[in-house]
Amino acid sequence: MADILYFGRLGDVAGTGAEKLDIPAAITDTAALRRWLDAEKSAGGAFLEASVRLAVNSEIVVDPHPISPSDEIAFMPPVGGG
Amino acid sequence: MITLTPSPFSPSEALAAFEKEARGAGAIVSFTGLVRDRAGETDVDGLHLQAYSPMTENGIEKAAADARQRWPLTALRIIHRIGDMAPFEPIVFVATASAHRRAAFEAADFLMDYLKTEAVFWKKEFTKTGSRWIEPRAEDYSDSARWTQTDTETDRHARHK
Repeated sequence: MADILYFGRLGDVAGTGAEKLDIPAAITDTAALRRWLDAEKSAGGAFLEASVRLAVNSEIVVDPHPISPSDEIAFMPPVGGG
Repeated sequence: MITLTPSPFSPSEALAAFEKEARGAGAIVSFTGLVRDRAGETDVDGLHLQAYSPMTENGIEKAAADARQRWPLTALRIIHRIGDMAPFEPIVFVATASAHRRAAFEAADFLMDYLKTEAVFWKKEFTKTGSRWIEPRAEDYSDSARWTQTDTETDRHARHK
């Protein structure tokens, strides 16, 4: 099972901040994961936006980055504090 | 030192502690950011800040190390709230100490620009009419870009010596 984290507005889109998912074997990289989840969640493209970065096991990656079934994968919309 | 805290903190106590830590510095600059009670025409009831540990802490540590490399700082302190907070509460505190004022001013400004546009936080605003996630404004990004376009007063000063 992969740990999928949805930060910021994507938590509202996904309906949760975190969940464990069985990712289909055919989904082997972050670009494919975005497309699969966007369809699963009927997100209307929210997971496909270029401004949404992905982190795999706490490292920000560039699509397409390989993923494994037990990775922690975070969807990160634009950040900012203060 | 860097602290993320879910509890309210006192900027005046943080500054007093920093002054002790930085004893001997010729210049101390501190900045406090507060939760606003208005967003345009709307009253704000509160803010919620999400972080992603340890990525958030690691990123701020790296920005602090960058600041120490660019300016001759003798001490540095960052406190950032996470979780839920109410209007008028402090959300961020940055303090820098150096032998002279310019380095302290610039380093604090640099760190705040990092915190506004690059630090790994997500901010949600609650109002009477609902809630919305806030992302940095264009102005925040252009403020932050200043540090890659120009060198610092301290750099220029060093060259002219």
